[in-house]
Amino acid sequence: MENIIKVGMADLKASHHPAILTTLGLGSCVGIALFDRTTKVVGLAHAMLPDSTQVKNKTNAAKFVDTAIDLLVEEMLNLGAVKKKIVAKLAGGAQMFVFTQGAELMRIGHRNVEAARKKLESLNIPIISEDTGGNYGRTVELDSDSGMLLIRTIGYGIKQI
Amino acid sequence: MSVNFDNLDKIQIDVLREMGNIGSGNAATALAKILNKRVNMDVPQVRVLQFQEVSDILGGAEIPVVGLLLSVTGDISGSIMFILEDKAACVLINILMGKPLDEVVNFDEIQVSALKEIGNILAGSYLSALSTLTNLIILPSVPELAIDMAGAIISVPAIEFGKIGDSVLFIETEFNEGSTKVVGNFFWFLILILMKYY
Repeated sequence: MENIIKVGMADLKASHHPAILTTLGLGSCVGIALFDRTTKVVGLAHAMLPDSTQVKNKTNAAKFVDTAIDLLVEEMLNLGAVKKKIVAKLAGGAQMFVFTQGAELMRIGHRNVEAARKKLESLNIPIISEDTGGNYGRTVELDSDSGMLLIRTIGYGIKQI
Repeated sequence: MSVNFDNLDKIQIDVLREMGNIGSGNAATALAKILNKRVNMDVPQVRVLQFQEVSDILGGAEIPVVGLLLSVTGDISGSIMFILEDKAACVLINILMGKPLDEVVNFDEIQVSALKEIGNILAGSYLSALSTLTNLIILPSVPELAIDMAGAIISVPAIEFGKIGDSVLFIETEFNEGSTKVVGNFFWFLILILMKYY
């Protein structure tokens, strides 16, 4: 039996091998998949907003890219992951609606991806692949066995990164 | 008053439901006029959901839906979203175009434009009812349309809620036309209405 763990919006989960972590319908949110190939400990976060320092209410760490990555790494280390061996894959950060005005709201996807890159760089976690941007939603599945990130879309096919 | 939906009391929920009722009543009338058909609606439901639950409300985060998003300016600011099942959208387009209901719709430019116009009229009538009720100036923008997974569409307004709290206020109204079901989901950021209304 496959151990499928669902990650909701503004949510994160870490797990031992064997597990498949999945999050459905990533739009402007960014999916951050972390993987330690040596211990096969995996983690997946579905973050909504780029920066916790710009918002007052931050009770849910998984909501923000920066705090979500911190917490996810911490949970993975608790499960025995080795910090130096962790690699990252990114998905999501799309711009679902094309607006001619109100640029700030609409660029949120791009800003989420930028924030994830910056945060991972500061933690020395390399991003080995990503499928971000565009104007379409993505469902992702992270396999603890191979570290493969499966990305499903409507009308833009399926890919593995 | 704090902008937190987690602890709405019964009266506040009743007020929201009544606003939804008046808004969608107006919108249903407008829709009936465009389609030249009888349109029924349910009493709106007011729900406060955690983000983790949000993407499941339409029956699954991955089901394809059509989302129409308008930004709102004036005395209040925010966005309003109208979501249709993709099948319901096809039926609406076919009714508007005078085609058989089961004709295949490929969402070409004219069809998308027709849907946007429906969004325009629905949101306009919904908001003008609220505007009259609250005496606030509420101006909707031109709608933008996206066809994609429900979760991805809903994430756009959910992110706006994310800036202020950990839950989403959701006023849902269901429209029916004979055997054809059209679900209208209005996502609200119009928290300020409630504050001023009190």
